[in-house]
Amino acid sequence: MSVERREARQPWILLSPALVAVTLLLFVPLLFIVVYSFWLRTATGADQAGFFLDNWNEALTDGFYRDILLNTLKIAAITTIVCALMGYPAAYFIARSRGNKAILLLLLMLPFWISYIIRTMSWINILGVSGAVNSILISLGIINEPIQMLYNETTVILGLVHFLLPFMILNVFVSLDGIDETLEDAAHSLGATRWQSFLEVTLPLSLPGLAAGGLLCFVLGAGTYITPLVLGGPTDAMFANLVFEAIITQLNWPLGSALSLMLLAVLGALVAIYNRYLGMAQLMKGLG
Amino acid sequence: MGWGLIRLWTLLVYLFMFLPVAVVVLLSFNASQFGSFPMTGFSVRWFVELAQNEAILRAFRTSIVLGLLTAAISTTLGVLASLALVRYRVPGSNLISTLLIAPILVPEVVLAVALLLFLNFLSINKSFVLLLFGHVIFTLPFVVLVVQARLVSIRRDIEEAALSLGASPVQTFFEITLPLMLPAVLAGGLFAFTISFDDITGTLFWKPGGVETVPTQIFAMLRNSISPEINALGTVMIVLTVGLPLLGAAIARQLARKSGG
Repeated sequence: MSVERREARQPWILLSPALVAVTLLLFVPLLFIVVYSFWLRTATGADQAGFFLDNWNEALTDGFYRDILLNTLKIAAITTIVCALMGYPAAYFIARSRGNKAILLLLLMLPFWISYIIRTMSWINILGVSGAVNSILISLGIINEPIQMLYNETTVILGLVHFLLPFMILNVFVSLDGIDETLEDAAHSLGATRWQSFLEVTLPLSLPGLAAGGLLCFVLGAGTYITPLVLGGPTDAMFANLVFEAIITQLNWPLGSALSLMLLAVLGALVAIYNRYLGMAQLMKGLG
Repeated sequence: MGWGLIRLWTLLVYLFMFLPVAVVVLLSFNASQFGSFPMTGFSVRWFVELAQNEAILRAFRTSIVLGLLTAAISTTLGVLASLALVRYRVPGSNLISTLLIAPILVPEVVLAVALLLFLNFLSINKSFVLLLFGHVIFTLPFVVLVVQARLVSIRRDIEEAALSLGASPVQTFFEITLPLMLPAVLAGGLFAFTISFDDITGTLFWKPGGVETVPTQIFAMLRNSISPEINALGTVMIVLTVGLPLLGAAIARQLARKSGG
């Protein structure tokens, strides 16, 4: 009896440090900023505890915040679509290639190990005033003066695609790799063209991976503030930049809490919808 | 679509992923005093200058200490939790798994704000401790995922054999289970270290004024203009964060081979 009880207790002893950490460092802080978002930053700079709707009123009704939120979702959506269009054929190639699959996969993992800030800033070397593209164009005599290509919404999207593409390829690859190749051959031998058998057999079977990659690209893209700071212009702020501004620059923590929760609500809703229809297991396949 | 076309497309996608990074490495060896084209010659002077830059050395020390502590704590928590989830039948294990990976389901900015504000409320101000807490919590899910995936493949019957031959549970753990788990533990630790070493999103919220990690140092240097020093720093980071895991993978394979896995 006591042995059994000890057996039953053991896993909880092993789990408790991690569960305590997640509770104290994630769940309680999230609840705390829910409370904090109803406090008020007073003119003296002190926070007044209470139940004020001012921050929420500002965050939800001010057109400035709404426009930037919509623009952020637009940027994330374009990024996701571009990643899917670029990534799907590449993932298909890796999944179906015979000889160099291992090396292609290893190369695909490398970007995950290279710092995000370095990959982002690397585009300054390419597109900057004295970057590779400008110096090539000048030396070819096509242009005389360097063109300013950086610091606009397009370069923000470019940076995000560069950052997120490996997530897309990996997730699509995982689901394509799990499809029995003979299915396509079977469709083919039954009279379907290669293109038909792809459209009607392989593509539908790979949709879970495409969805998982898409979710990751969208959520990670919509939550970034570093890429717009490095590759965007002054008017290219995304929603997370507003959070950063409120918390770090203006030190208006109650408002910053409300803005953070807005972002969490929008992106959390997407994750919840995904989880409802597809489950978390597919997402974990790509991450593990 | 023809196979040749897909192959060409894949090649272009890989070039897109790697060319800009390759240019960083290339330019870090540029003799020119501007961090840009044209290449005027091969030189390692920017690496020498890096090694003499006190601020950058300090950032490296901070990043390495932070990464090692993060890896140690995060791996300990993650390995214990994974053992429980893989080795025992725990009621509600799906829910527990979801709770443990929750830190990567929440946008990092939101996690950063929540942690900063809550710990500040508890009078833990922006500090190294706050940075460490933050890095532990967002590396933990990756450790749990990686370690769990590898633990599943370790056969239970070897332990059972040791137990039935008279070894105590503690002896069994240290002499059988731990050596078998070592590749998983190393992989988890390396993963945690690299993620911590590369992080900037949360770190910018948590770091106290005057303290820089390597990524925040690069970010601060970018404010001026891109200098050859940034490219050199980028190259050093790439070598570290790409080289270490490759080395780790090689060691893990050696260990696995030795233990007959």
